[in-house]
Amino acid sequence: MAKYALNINGKKVQLEAEPDTPMLWVIRDMVGLKGTKYGCGMALCGACTIHVNGQPVRSCSTTIDSIKKNDQITTIEGISDNLDHIVQQAWIEEQVPQCGYCQSGQIMSAVALLKAIPNPTDDDIDTYMTGNICRCGTYNRIRKAIHRAAAMQKGK
Amino acid sequence: MNNTGNINVNRRNFLRYTGLTGAALILGISKSNASGAAVVSNLSHAEESYNLSPFIIIEKSGKITIFNTKPEMGQGTFQSIPALIAEELELAPGQFTVVQTGGEKKFGDGQAAGGSYSVRSSYEMMRKVGASAREMLISAASRQWNVPVSECYAEFARVFHKPSGRSLGYGELVETASALEAPENPQLKDPKTFRMLGKSSRRPDVPLKVSGQAVFGIDVEVPGMVYASVERCHVFGAALTDFDASHALKVTGVEQVVPVERVFGNYKTTGVAVVAASYWAALKGRKALKVKWDYRGNDQFNSTDYSQYLRDLAQQEGITDVSTGDFDTAFASGQNKVEAFYETPFVAHATMEPMNCTAHWKEGNKLEIWASTQVPSDIINEIPAMFGLSADDVTLHTCFNGGGFGRRLALDFVIEAVNLSKTIKKPVKLIWTREDDMQMGPYRPPTFSALKGALSPDGRLTAFQHKVIAPTILSFLMPQQDKTKVDETMVEGISRQSYEIPNMKNSFVYADCPAPLLWWRSVTSSTLAFAHECFLDEMAHKAGKDPLNFRMEMLTKQSDTKRVLQKLREVSNWDAPLPEGKGRGIAQWDFFAGLAGEVVEVTRLSDNSVKIDKVYVVIDLGTVVNPDNVKAQMEGAVIMGITAAVKKGITFAGGKTEQSNFHDSPVLRITESPEVVVHILAEGGSTIKGVGEPGLPPVAPALANAIFDATGIRLRRMPFDLDDLKG
Repeated sequence: MAKYALNINGKKVQLEAEPDTPMLWVIRDMVGLKGTKYGCGMALCGACTIHVNGQPVRSCSTTIDSIKKNDQITTIEGISDNLDHIVQQAWIEEQVPQCGYCQSGQIMSAVALLKAIPNPTDDDIDTYMTGNICRCGTYNRIRKAIHRAAAMQKGK
Repeated sequence: MNNTGNINVNRRNFLRYTGLTGAALILGISKSNASGAAVVSNLSHAEESYNLSPFIIIEKSGKITIFNTKPEMGQGTFQSIPALIAEELELAPGQFTVVQTGGEKKFGDGQAAGGSYSVRSSYEMMRKVGASAREMLISAASRQWNVPVSECYAEFARVFHKPSGRSLGYGELVETASALEAPENPQLKDPKTFRMLGKSSRRPDVPLKVSGQAVFGIDVEVPGMVYASVERCHVFGAALTDFDASHALKVTGVEQVVPVERVFGNYKTTGVAVVAASYWAALKGRKALKVKWDYRGNDQFNSTDYSQYLRDLAQQEGITDVSTGDFDTAFASGQNKVEAFYETPFVAHATMEPMNCTAHWKEGNKLEIWASTQVPSDIINEIPAMFGLSADDVTLHTCFNGGGFGRRLALDFVIEAVNLSKTIKKPVKLIWTREDDMQMGPYRPPTFSALKGALSPDGRLTAFQHKVIAPTILSFLMPQQDKTKVDETMVEGISRQSYEIPNMKNSFVYADCPAPLLWWRSVTSSTLAFAHECFLDEMAHKAGKDPLNFRMEMLTKQSDTKRVLQKLREVSNWDAPLPEGKGRGIAQWDFFAGLAGEVVEVTRLSDNSVKIDKVYVVIDLGTVVNPDNVKAQMEGAVIMGITAAVKKGITFAGGKTEQSNFHDSPVLRITESPEVVVHILAEGGSTIKGVGEPGLPPVAPALANAIFDATGIRLRRMPFDLDDLKG
């Protein structure tokens, strides 16, 4: 066991963990934030996507030991306090989720996409979002919601 | 005038959801009246009310709770079922709280989501519950104001007196209303006045699901809980011989290593559970296990031999499903004949939330379970008997299902967790890895189809035969199944399409299978429709006719199928020629879950590759509750159907599943997702059809037929690779 001090959603968290523990299980079971999901454990499905310093990262394949002292970690719980992030708003407008299990990861990828490419084309969206699987098949709504969020971002 | 403040002590259990302390109007359904029909009952003062099912509780504070008995797995029941009550009770979304039931006996045996059955099985009764409550509240107001009922109406959780403009909130009326008899025949609203039903409505679970707040089974936390991962034998039907836990127990955090049994129907296997303080420690401990298995000769099972076995079985005559006219004579004397053989694979459900369950076997033999499950009623009906408990000893918390698709109709993962908690006497969360989920089954069974058809001189289908060769889900679960009779679930739909075919003989040949099998979204229709509707396409081409016209010629009588195909012709612009290099195909399927037809358009990229451009869906419902949700279900069913048609399914070698995760058993990704255009036929009528499944069966045949149109390649085996098509 080793001691770690993490910055998660703007809060300092101190904990002890085995250095090889994936951030997925640290976030879910030690910090208690359950929005980040386990889907494959191999960085194949994107359900566990979080941000490290604003960059999307698969938390199932990121060990706690690889997190640096000043790294800022953001989970789905950290993107807004009241569902007021434009991506969440767009997801509600388009009624994207079905079962919803993959949607935290989808949203974390979409938030990062809109930072990198504020006005994405369908091809940009496909390229950026291809790492996130949705078994319910909500892909067309995801595309629409990202375009909607981009328009909302522009209007702000 | 009444004693509503005096809540009976015996009803504490009944009221545990709300922590109710004061007056309340509680309406539910009692099992039956003298004629055997379910009736709406006022349970506000019932002494034995724990035997009755409350569907609405309106408290004096104005708080309104609606109980939902149909688990939410993405299909929308968290909105659609409560909306049936809320519509009649004149509530707006947001004016009530939805509570998911946990299989309690008092809510009846229908606490299950499957067969696309939730809305259609609840439509009348739930509306009646809501209408009864509305009438009682209006009646209470008229008494309080001493005005005629006819001068009062309800709107947005208030009752208004029209002439004076006075109004009272529902909470202010419950004390009076709770003393009234529930009306025997409440007046249901005229659908023309619906505010919610039939209109696209937002789902209350969506905000929870875009903020990480929705609680799935895997998210449950119980004080004192430990985690577990189970090493199970990869060879189906093997037995545990021995295990060495010494290395596993040295892993930091690992607490115990114990055998644990998984029970799936008659299929019972024992694995080795590693119990630890964290899930990561359990996974590491599991890797350090040394386990010996006895394969019991089952390691010979492989897909190559199994496919040949099914092909060989096709030589058998089979058991007749339906026979009309005289197929044998008509086929023998027919002119243009076609015979073809179709094959489909095993596939995994691959729900995004892997199987998991949290169980707590407590002192005094009480059991508490938290699970993502499609079948709360089955858990409460079967688990107590299995473990020597009474139903009252078991409490189930039904969580949001991270996908179901039929996989969560099984109890195997629940029984396993209960077994483990009983052994270790602690609350435990047992999570299957993705690899466990993909490799342990159960799977959708493959169906192979031998088809024969003959045409009349004017190109009409005069003789038709669809023989199905398949292992059966029921015989896997219950080996005592009577195999002298057709397993209806394995010939689903092949004899009940609306096509008018004078001479038809369909049959079934039983096959055995060592791998666990289970219902998968749209069940056998997901494979049989592929064979059936592609073969009709073959016959149409043999007759030199347009595939849609060929079908319409077999639909002279008015039918739902005819209406669907007519609408499909219109919305897909079927009669307009496509540009060079493009192709389109059509298919429809009518089965237990409902009816849909689809047209797929593809572009030829080379002689043997295509891309899917667009899918048109027409679904026939009769009555629709939430059109936008129906649209979402069609979009999703199309994606899932394409995955099953074009992605590598499940194959076996050495008695084991060859695939393990999304890299070798992939599902469709956003880059491969075509545009989906949905048209809903909701023209009323007494029959409501299902939504969750009907969008799936037509996809694969419509796609294969489109590929034939574009490339001339006839596909008779799923899966087919869109980048490397082989006839």
